[in-house]
Parts: sequence; structure tokens; C-alpha cells
Amino acid sequence: MAILLLAEHDNATLSDQTAKTLTAATRIGGDITILVAGSGAKAAADEAAKLSGVSKVLLADDALLANQLAEPLAALIVSLASGYDVMIAPATASAKNVMPRVAALLDVAQISEITDVVSGDTFKRPIYAGNAIQTVQATDAKKVITVRTASFAAATTGGSASVENIAAAANPGVSSFVSDALASSDRPELTSATIIISGGRALGSFGKFRELILPVADKLGAAVGASRAAVDAGYAPNDWQVGQTGKVVAPQLYIACGISGAIQHLAGMKDSKVIVAINKDDEAPIFQVADYGLVGDLFDILPAFEKAL
Amino acid sequence: MKILVPVKRVVDYNVKIRVKADGTGVELANVKMSMNPFDEISVEEALRLREAGKAEEVVVVSIGPAKAEETLRTALAMGADRAILIETDETVEPLAVAKLLKGVVEAEAPGLVILGKQAIDDDSNQTGQMLAALLGWGQGTFASKVEPSDGKVAVTREVDGGLQTVLLKLPAIVTTDLRLNEPRYASLPNIMKAKKKPLDKKSAADFGVDIAPRLKVLKTEEPAGRKAGIKVGSVAELVSKLRADGVI
Ligand SMILES: Cc1cc2nc3c(=O)[nH]c(=O)nc-3n(C[C@H](O)[C@H](O)[C@H](O)COP(=O)(O)OP(=O)(O)OC[C@H]3O[C@@H](n4cnc5c(N)ncnc54)[C@H](O)[C@@H]3O)c2cc1C
Ligand SMILES: Nc1ncnc2c1ncn2[C@@H]1O[C@H](COP(=O)(O)O)[C@@H](O)[C@H]1O
Repeated sequence: MAILLLAEHDNATLSDQTAKTLTAATRIGGDITILVAGSGAKAAADEAAKLSGVSKVLLADDALLANQLAEPLAALIVSLASGYDVMIAPATASAKNVMPRVAALLDVAQISEITDVVSGDTFKRPIYAGNAIQTVQATDAKKVITVRTASFAAATTGGSASVENIAAAANPGVSSFVSDALASSDRPELTSATIIISGGRALGSFGKFRELILPVADKLGAAVGASRAAVDAGYAPNDWQVGQTGKVVAPQLYIACGISGAIQHLAGMKDSKVIVAINKDDEAPIFQVADYGLVGDLFDILPAFEKAL
Repeated sequence: MKILVPVKRVVDYNVKIRVKADGTGVELANVKMSMNPFDEISVEEALRLREAGKAEEVVVVSIGPAKAEETLRTALAMGADRAILIETDETVEPLAVAKLLKGVVEAEAPGLVILGKQAIDDDSNQTGQMLAALLGWGQGTFASKVEPSDGKVAVTREVDGGLQTVLLKLPAIVTTDLRLNEPRYASLPNIMKAKKKPLDKKSAADFGVDIAPRLKVLKTEEPAGRKAGIKVGSVAELVSKLRADGVI
């Protein structure tokens, strides 16, 4: 099988979600090409070429592709599709935006957020916020797949694929980029962090969220997450939301502070290796998935925890 | 401008779903059903645009069993003007839903279609993007702000690193995210009024769309369980456990 893997990157660097998706692609089996579509993205393409198991890297470097707009990016992928049996991408905001567009243009189904590869055409995927796991077999000749990267380890480096430049496809001309407001932070990203500390509604304010959660995060070198309630209330930015409709994570250690443990939140973190819950309600559902529960007031516990580290 | 809002009838988000013992699916008998929460946000946004004078009519559409009429009546009670039910008892995958919606779009000629970003049953997150592709329209997915003006719509999107704003030519597709608005509740008088609002019934065959599934579901199973651990008595005990586990 010929597989085209859409790389996740920010033009400057390759996201490790690409290497995790590569592991899923390798399990499907076949000749794997990575597509890096961006602007000024040569460095990301060079990084992709070093991943092991990659035959070739295609670099489409064009101002049109700078912001990953779905319309020109889908047009590019569709223009390459005749050469591939599988088009696969990590289930990031960017790929979730573009891949269904590709699938519809090719008149095929998309298999969203696979967590396991059973065979070349059969996959597992969670439904109902992860409360059921479906095994599905794709009947279309071409397959469009997104990968839940928390379920796959990153592929190693050591490869030396060639990088070939290709042109962007014509702009469909229905959309344009206006602006973005992307946070830059020295902390690890949620989807690649080995430790995550998350705060919920109990934090009570934007200021308290920062005052209590961030010092612990800094001590641990952890990424910071949040429940939907904390994001809706403005205590934390939207890209920190962990859950069914936010980010899905599986770090070595997940610390949930003042989060009740609604199924929509559990959907995003219950595959973490070790889960700690800090909650003043000893019957909070979060304790049903926690390896270590600490019952008490987080306003006392978090400063003490930070000191003890 | 007319706004079309597709709404899906799904298991209520508060229900703890159960997988059938024989592995054929999840238990749907006698389970509370509701409008997909993202679709409530879509209906609300369409109503606000109409109330702001940016749209004249809000049409809601659902593809599903006869009971999906209840979901449409809920949307009408919130304030939508008119409803279309494409009745089927089959499972309709996102691609087929998008094809049926394309048929509705061709008949209704809306300036904007607002869908939810994700149905909370199949968790596909596909239909809006697929509809945009089939129509050749621009797409503003995961929207937290929608501002139409002068034949265009500016959409602010929730993305992995923060927010992105794009400008789309109308007609266009928008899919809603959680922070776009807080949906209203239908008042009792409006629930009564909704019973008399027009609801048109159609079938998939009316649109000449083949809805046969492309994915074969071989099995549905429970996720691997996780057993509850222990309660620790102090911060010091927690820290020593985490050190012993080698995670800090
Ligand atoms: C369509 C849809 C999608 C959703 N998607 C997501 C999602 O992706 N992610 C997500 O997280 N949620 C999601 N939700 C929301 C989810 O259902 C819950 O409402 C949300 O997770 C609750 O957040 P919370 O635990 O912070 O707040 P609450 O449920 O209010 O819990 C607060 C907790 O803090 C504890 N507490 C209070 N004060 C203290 C204190 N001083 N010290 C210690 N503990 C304290 C309380 O005992 C309680 O357990 C979604 C909901 C819907 C309908
Ligand atoms: N059967 C359906 N009837 C009406 N709208 C639907 C249906 N299925 C999906 N949708 C719309 O598409 C959105 C995304 O669904 P999905 O792609 O299945 O996650 C939903 O929020 C609805 O707006």
C-alpha cells in the first residue's frame, strides 16, 4: 500500500504528533510518504526525512499554505491522491479541519481518531466519549484516516529520506487568513508532555488558576490542562481543554485539581499512566479513575505540594 | 439571508451509555435522547444572527428516525422558523449526511449553514467539512465567533495553539465550538407555538442519495477498565508514592 501522511508542524518545527502518526501508518504497512505543506517549512521537512521508515518527503512550500487553511490544503492533498491508497494524519485541530474535506472530495468515508490498527483496512475507534470502542472495516478503496496520537508511541529517528519539492494546488479562492492569536509558552505542549497538571471550576478565577497551578507545573516541568468549566469561565484558554471535545492526552502523570470527573473530561485523560486527583468531595467521580486520591481543599494542598517537590 | 442548521438526535450527554453484551452496539432502548449539544449552540447562533437583522429565516433539518421530529420541535421552540425531517431508520454516516444536506442546500439556497463541530455519539467531527467540500464552499470550523457582513463571514476558530480568524466568501459553512454562545431554553408558550410551525417530511430517496454505509462495524466493546486506586492521607505520602512510581 502507498501511504501519504500529512505532517503536523508550525512551519519552523515538526510536531511529535507526526512521529506518533507514523507509528500507526507503519502498522498499516506500506510505502510511506510524508507531506509537509507550509511556508518556509524546509526545516520541518528535513526533520520529517529523519524519521525511520519514511520513503520520501514531499515539501509544498507556498505562502498559500502558511496557515493550513482547509481549502487550499485539501486541494493539494486531493491533487496527490491518485498515487496513494491511504491518506493519514494526526487528529489535530488542523488535520480534523482538512481531512474530512479531502475524504468528501474523494467520495470516501473518513475513519476518525483511530486508537488501534487491527489490519490494513480494520481499525478501532472510540465512540460516545470513549465509553465504547468500535472495530470498523473500511470498504472504500482509498482510506482517509485520522489518528488519536495519545494511543501510539512516537516512531524513532535515524532515517534519511529524500525531500522533493512540489507545487501547491490552485487556490479554490473561497477563504483567506485574517489573524491568529497563538500562545507561545516555554512549557511543554499538552499532547507531548510526560506530566500534566489540570485545573477545574474549583480554581474560581483566572488569577487563582495561575497562582495555584502554574508554580506546580513549573516545578514538575509539566504542561497545563483544564476542564471545560474552567475554560468556559475564562480561567484558562481554550487550547488547554482536555476531554471528549478538547485534547486527548495520555501522559505518565496526570494531576486533576478541583475537577469532578465528568465523562467528557475522563474521555480526554483516562489512558494516562498514573492519575492523581485532588478534590474536597471524597465521592467525586474522578476518584474512580485515580491511582492516588487526596481529599481536601486544593487551596491548601497545592502550595504544600509545590513545596514538597 | 437564510440560515440552515442541521441538528442531530443523540443520546443525552448525561446518560452513562452501556455496550450491549453481544457486541452489536450500545443500548439505545429507553435511553434519554436530546439534541446534540453543539447543535443547540448552532441553533442559538442562527437565532442571534436573525435577531441582529443579519438573517431573515432559520431552517432546521434533521436526518434520522421519526422521533427526530422531537429534536426539530425543540429547535422550533427555541425560535427556528421551519423544519425539514429526512426520515430514515438506517445508520447514516457523515458522508451520506453531507450528501443529503447538499440536496437540502440546493433546494433552500441558504447563505450560511451552521453545524455542530461534532456529534457526541459517533464523535466523527466530519459532516460540516464534508458538506463544504461537496458544495465547494469555504469552511469555518470550531467557531467561537461568527461575524457576517458584505457577502463575507469572519470566523474565529478554536485551534490547538489558541485562536485563528479566517474570512470566507458567502455562502459558507460554519461548525460551532463550545465557547460560541450559551443556548437559550425554550419557554412554555414557545413550546406550544412550535407545535404549529411547518415541518416538511422527506426521504433519502427524494434526494437520490445512496446512504449505504462505507464502514462495516465488526464489533462494539467496552473500553479497558481502570480500577480505582487508593486515597492517600497527606501531601508527603502522595509525593513519596509518585517518587516510588518514578513519575516525578
Ligand atoms: C458537548 C459537551 C462537551 C464537553 N466536553 C468537555 C471536555 O472536552 N472536557 C471537559 O472537561 N468537560 C467537557 N464537558 C463538560 C463536562 O460535562 C463537565 O461539565 C465539566 O468537565 C466539569 O468541569 P469541572 O470538573 O471543572 O467542574 P465541576 O463539575 O463543577 O467540578 C468541580 C469540582 O471541584 C471540587 N472542588 C470545589 N472546590 C474545591 C476545593 N476548594 N478544593 C478541592 N476541590 C474542590 C468539587 O468537589 C467538584 O468535584 C462537555 C460537556 C458537553 C455537554
Ligand atoms: N443525522 C444528522 N442529522 C442532522 N445533522 C447531522 C446529522 N449527523 C450529523 N449532523 C450535523 O453534523 C455535525 C457533526 O456531526 P459528526 O460529523 O457526525 O460529528 C452535527 O453537529 C450536526 O450539525
